[in-house]
Amino acid sequence: MTGRRRKIHFSKIYTFRCGKSSVKDDHHQIGGPGYSRVVYCNEPKSFEASLTEYADNYVKSTKYTPATFLPKSLFEQFRRVANFFFLVTAILSFTKIAPYSAVSSVLPLVIVIGATMIKEGVEDYRRKRQDDEVNSRKVNVHQGDGTFKQCEWKELKVGDVVKVQKDEFFPADLLLLSSSYDDAICYVETMNLDGETNLKLKQALEVTSSLHEESSFKDFKAVVKCEDPNANLYTFVGSMELEEQNHPLEPQQLLLRDSKLRNTEYIYGVVIFTGHETKVIQNSTDPPSKRSKIEKKMDKIIYFLFGVLFVMAFIGSIVFGIVTKDDLHGERMKRWYLRPDNANIFFDPDRAPLAAIYHFLTALMLYSYLIPISLYVSIEIVKVLQSIFINQDIEMYHEETDTPAHARTSNLNEELGQIDTILSDKTGTLTCNSMEFIKCSVAGTPYGRGVTEVERAMAKRYGTALLGTKDKKNDTVENDTKPHIKGYNFEDERITDGNWVHEPHSEVIQKFLRLLAICHTAIPDVDENTGKVTYEAESPDEASFVIAASELGFEFYKRTQTTVSINEFDPVSHTKVQRDYDLLNVLEFNSTRKRMSVIVRNEEGQLLLLCKGADSVMLERLAKSGRQFENETREHVDEYADAGLRTLLLAYRELTEEEYKEFDEKFKAAKNSVSADRETLIDDATELVEKDLILLGATAVEDKLQQGVPECIDKLAQAGIKIWVLTGDKMETAINIGFACSLLRQGMKQIIVTLETPEIKQLEKVGEKGPIAEASKKSILQQISEGKDLIASSGNEAFALIIDGKSLVYALEDDLKKMFLDLAVACSSVICCRSSPKQKALVTRLVKEETGKTTLAIGDGANDVGMLQEADIGVGISGVEGMQAVMSSDISIAQFKYLERLLLVHGHWCYRRISSMICYFFYKNVAFGFTLFFYEAYASFTAQPAYNDWFLSLYNVFFTSLPVIAMGVFDQDVSARFCLKFSLLYQEGVQNVLFSWRRIIGWMLNGVCSAVIIFFLCTRALDVQAFKKDGKTAGLDVLGPTMYTCVVWVVNCQMALSISYFTLIQHIFIWGGICLWYLFLLAYGALPPSYSTNAYKVFTEALAPSASYWFITLCVVIAALIPYFSYKSIQMRFFPMYHGMIQWIRHEGRSEDPDYCNMVRQRSIRHTTVGFTARSMARTNPLTGSIHYQTSTARTNPLTGSNHGQR
Amino acid sequence: MATNESCDQPLRDDSKKQIHSKFIQQELSAWKPILTPGWVIAIFIILGVVFILIGLLAFYASVHVEELVERYDVDCVPFTDKNKITKYIRDSSSNKTCTKTLRVQKKMKNPIYVYYQLHHFYQNHRRYVRSRSDKQLRSTKHEYETKECLPIATVNNNSKPIVPCGLIAWSLFNDTYQFSVNSKVVEVDRKDIAWKSDRDYKFGSKVYPKNFQSSGMIGGGKLNESIPLSKQEDLIVWMRTAAFSTFRKLYGQIKVDLDANSNITVVIQNNFNIYEFGGKKQLVLSTSNWSVGTNKFLGCAYLYVGGFSLVVAISFTITYVLKPRPLGDPAYLSWNKYPSIYEN
Repeated sequence: MTGRRRKIHFSKIYTFRCGKSSVKDDHHQIGGPGYSRVVYCNEPKSFEASLTEYADNYVKSTKYTPATFLPKSLFEQFRRVANFFFLVTAILSFTKIAPYSAVSSVLPLVIVIGATMIKEGVEDYRRKRQDDEVNSRKVNVHQGDGTFKQCEWKELKVGDVVKVQKDEFFPADLLLLSSSYDDAICYVETMNLDGETNLKLKQALEVTSSLHEESSFKDFKAVVKCEDPNANLYTFVGSMELEEQNHPLEPQQLLLRDSKLRNTEYIYGVVIFTGHETKVIQNSTDPPSKRSKIEKKMDKIIYFLFGVLFVMAFIGSIVFGIVTKDDLHGERMKRWYLRPDNANIFFDPDRAPLAAIYHFLTALMLYSYLIPISLYVSIEIVKVLQSIFINQDIEMYHEETDTPAHARTSNLNEELGQIDTILSDKTGTLTCNSMEFIKCSVAGTPYGRGVTEVERAMAKRYGTALLGTKDKKNDTVENDTKPHIKGYNFEDERITDGNWVHEPHSEVIQKFLRLLAICHTAIPDVDENTGKVTYEAESPDEASFVIAASELGFEFYKRTQTTVSINEFDPVSHTKVQRDYDLLNVLEFNSTRKRMSVIVRNEEGQLLLLCKGADSVMLERLAKSGRQFENETREHVDEYADAGLRTLLLAYRELTEEEYKEFDEKFKAAKNSVSADRETLIDDATELVEKDLILLGATAVEDKLQQGVPECIDKLAQAGIKIWVLTGDKMETAINIGFACSLLRQGMKQIIVTLETPEIKQLEKVGEKGPIAEASKKSILQQISEGKDLIASSGNEAFALIIDGKSLVYALEDDLKKMFLDLAVACSSVICCRSSPKQKALVTRLVKEETGKTTLAIGDGANDVGMLQEADIGVGISGVEGMQAVMSSDISIAQFKYLERLLLVHGHWCYRRISSMICYFFYKNVAFGFTLFFYEAYASFTAQPAYNDWFLSLYNVFFTSLPVIAMGVFDQDVSARFCLKFSLLYQEGVQNVLFSWRRIIGWMLNGVCSAVIIFFLCTRALDVQAFKKDGKTAGLDVLGPTMYTCVVWVVNCQMALSISYFTLIQHIFIWGGICLWYLFLLAYGALPPSYSTNAYKVFTEALAPSASYWFITLCVVIAALIPYFSYKSIQMRFFPMYHGMIQWIRHEGRSEDPDYCNMVRQRSIRHTTVGFTARSMARTNPLTGSIHYQTSTARTNPLTGSNHGQR
Repeated sequence: MATNESCDQPLRDDSKKQIHSKFIQQELSAWKPILTPGWVIAIFIILGVVFILIGLLAFYASVHVEELVERYDVDCVPFTDKNKITKYIRDSSSNKTCTKTLRVQKKMKNPIYVYYQLHHFYQNHRRYVRSRSDKQLRSTKHEYETKECLPIATVNNNSKPIVPCGLIAWSLFNDTYQFSVNSKVVEVDRKDIAWKSDRDYKFGSKVYPKNFQSSGMIGGGKLNESIPLSKQEDLIVWMRTAAFSTFRKLYGQIKVDLDANSNITVVIQNNFNIYEFGGKKQLVLSTSNWSVGTNKFLGCAYLYVGGFSLVVAISFTITYVLKPRPLGDPAYLSWNKYPSIYEN
């Protein structure tokens, strides 16, 4: 065996190595611009090496260093308009124009900015610790004398020779020199790079592959010239000068940082790119930072408030200017006590316009309390806490994989409550992506008796139980002695246990199974102890084939570069025989080819081409003589697809030596070319051999629906969320999955847009591109407009749009996309099948941008990344297809079913909390700011604050911020149970009723209203008359704290009125906020007068002993709350919002009454609602509903409504 | 990016299973009030009743406060021409004595508080409010800290500081009143009219007025340089700046009862210049009570709020009786905007 391998040791026929390309063609650029890197291998201390300056291997993901932290993070903070504004006011507060002391205005800013900066700092520190961990990992580095020593990663330099052991990560981008295998191959896991779990094969140049000993590196010298650092993971151009000979280098020799060595004992490599020059780090871009719609709107409100602020200040300045000017008429002074004759610039009547301009600045600073300084930081705190709740939710924790939900960014929490359209991937998201080999058709005979989920669902739909099968299923559950094998659910005693030899076409079956065992790219992994073989495959389909083959007696157990070894069941001897097949070429699978072939030479020396692929491409490549079972197989394939299965056709042909030789030359030439049409050249070469195939049969693999998917979709549909499925699967499969998860139902008209029409096909046969495109577009246009007409002509019907990838190409063109979208939006279900990743992203963008609604994309694979990043929210399923989707998602969950809770509960709550919180924030600041403004009007607009400096500045930070944070974190309008039970509540977010301009302006007006009541009641009550029993009157020193007390009470009680969920925490924060004010008043008043100024002992001496202070507080607080309280009572009574109704149902205790709840739910179902509840209602309704209507449907809808009337 | 996440792969030894606490699962027991008609009506009725009671009480109390208000600024100048008035009032040598008679309507029990009330005097002007030096007022150590007081800081802008400095002190109100009933002098006690904390802490007992009103333009009253600031209560009262341009400040107390229908003669020294800015001056004699009541407004406010509450309560009750509707009526529980085929 080994000898045999040795013999083919350096053969160039292995598929991944496509011959030695000449130095001339693709390597001629070396040394030129973009290809200037020179690496002196193994001589890091040499003179030449010291001339080159390459980055070190220290990788930094932190945003800041200790030195740059302060300036950089400050800069980040002050990029926000509001923060910048407060910075300017804080700076101005040191000048003479400030209406308050500098410290009091700087302190809140320092607190707010400090809190955010501490958060930034902590996050960055965590990153730093991670960096340190990575950078101080150990690797063996050659010391120059034939010995290797452990070094830390960060010490690596370009040109070092390193030795990496099995299961270790590569510390930098390495050039593979040799490995523990003789032929210098190694296996690499690239999960961190592209999320693919399968192993990739790399191979060193043959000239270096003999360097197996550490000592052999003592004299190893080479110069590598290659491309400059770039972000392209899949290209590498370079050459190695070894012993005065140039050897071209390819991606095949490059081991990328962050990938892992697998199945190989060790490798030696030369460091080519280090640190930030490595491809993976060049590649890492920050995910697009998304901001929620609410936050964007909030910015607008802030701008609006700035507008109000400027208007207020402007009015004040004009009045101030006029009044000031009026004070001095030549010699005569009016308000002599102000000494207008001897005023500084700020109050000089002679320079009144200038004074007014200065005053404008002062007023801006004073009224800046309209802008809530702590808004951003409060929202950030709230969102972080909300994320913790999401992450910690036990209902979204997946026990089996130990995966909790994970909100990777916290700034989209509230967006979760506003989703209008969900764009879902199918495979791995709706379905498990655990493929099970369930059926096959060989030589025109169908095998396999498993029942698929879809068949079960369809049986349910038609109301016919699968007689017999159901019982059987129960039996198997009860006495299931055979352990279930993952990926294999095939039951047919005609085939299993070697019985296939007795079947009529046993030789076809043999070929069929052999093809399954050979034609793939899986890598076997033999457990040394048990001898059991597991497989690493690129796709679960492929794994299921290999597993099935192995279960049925064709065990694939070993792969080298050039051979595939199989333990075959021999039909003659009835024993297992080892057979090796020389693997000559692998013609890989891709989405355009839709097929995959291998060319092997069997032990008899026969050249075989084994091919598997989609029926559409396979059928046209069959030989005339190979169509013996075509019709039966076709029939079966259609049947399988109907049952929601993935099907592939299997075929083979024998090649003659000449044929192969011709192909091999052409293929090699194609592979070696670097021109743009390389792909076409390869395709042309493969076309040569992939023809005249002989059909063997078809396979059917079940793509299992994930747990709870139909229920989840039902709930989401009831919540009024539209669900679009974007899948790469073929139309039939997609439609069937659609039925299985109730996105489609009987009675729903299907509008199918496809290019699989006879006319187009006819054109395609002719093969001219121009006319095809033209005709296709015309056809699409026609189909779309027909669909629109159909919808327009029928009033109350549910439609489903199914469109395939080919049609999407045209439908997404600029002139058609609007029309397409209109059609799609009018349909209750949309399924895009056969769509490419790019199309997925394009559809997502189309929905997002054209409808302006919030979109959520959910997916699990690397092909969903574009879609996830494009959507307003990307939800990644942390499933089996690696981490790529999760890495680019905003929130990751373990299963699709958790989406229900994520959206309906957390989304709704977060939306409600954040929007109420922001409204309330503006309310409280408007209320406060307007009392200041009103006071100004009575102080001839001199910007004299009504309150003490510290009262002013601590308002936002202390007395009113905690309750609003508590609301943002804890408030619940209805409990999680009711959110799920009455899922239509979610529409509050979709229709944005809680953060509409009406509501925002309403809250602001409420703030103005509160300010008016507080100001006028307080000032009138503290009019000129005595304020205390001892006859003293109230001055500014008394008015300020009294009014302030009222403001604090009113805004805190307002909060108490507007929330509907009081835990201990709310009580503590709301009443605590008020108590804090009194405590502060006491403490501050007790400070020496030089600190407390006019607040000195004001509470103990003036306020507390005075009965009117307390009576004023009571009266003002109640009076200011009555408007809102009345409004709320009236709303609850006459125009309740949905959450109000649910609160009412809960209050009445009728939530326990299932009939009642059902009725409530049914009322909210529209004719367009999908999901199984709607489906079951559509079925039962003819009995109770309008029969006239139903019959008319049946008549007008011959396609789908044919059996409507019977049920 | 990838580097950091690589250690976050699932299936580690330490499971990421959540702590099942009521707090973290957001299932804390909570009070969830909702505004049922019963609650709303009850709250409004209670509010209404309580507020009307308080309001009546306060109103009743304020009715019993006796107040005499006399405007004297117009009558106390011999001219009507503005220029002449200005000249007259600025001239320290002119005689500004003026006599007024007030008639007591109802008996006024002692203590009777004497106030002066000014109109259109902006004590809340920012320049004015800030024109003082608290440090200088407190201790002689800081008598040179007059920066805030400009332009009333030093004598002719040289190094001699003015104590107390600033516009507020400079514009000290300096009208005086002497009361007599039936030619019998009624003493006005001018002690104990300022805040205790002001006397004890803010105005130093060792700080004596210095260079006050000694040069340049003379503003308001002068101070006795032999009395420390802490004893100059009229200054202390004046320096508690008023909140609005119309304000009343305590002048003193009369500690005898004034009988009904008695005539009080007041001899006024009309020194203070309010004529230039068109102000008003009033003399007020007022009794006090347990407090809510000196001002009628508060009582009225309580009555209005209480009344409004009752009206709301009644209208709610009426609609509830006339048009009872279960709030949980599912007919309103639908977002459907179109007639659904499921509706019969």
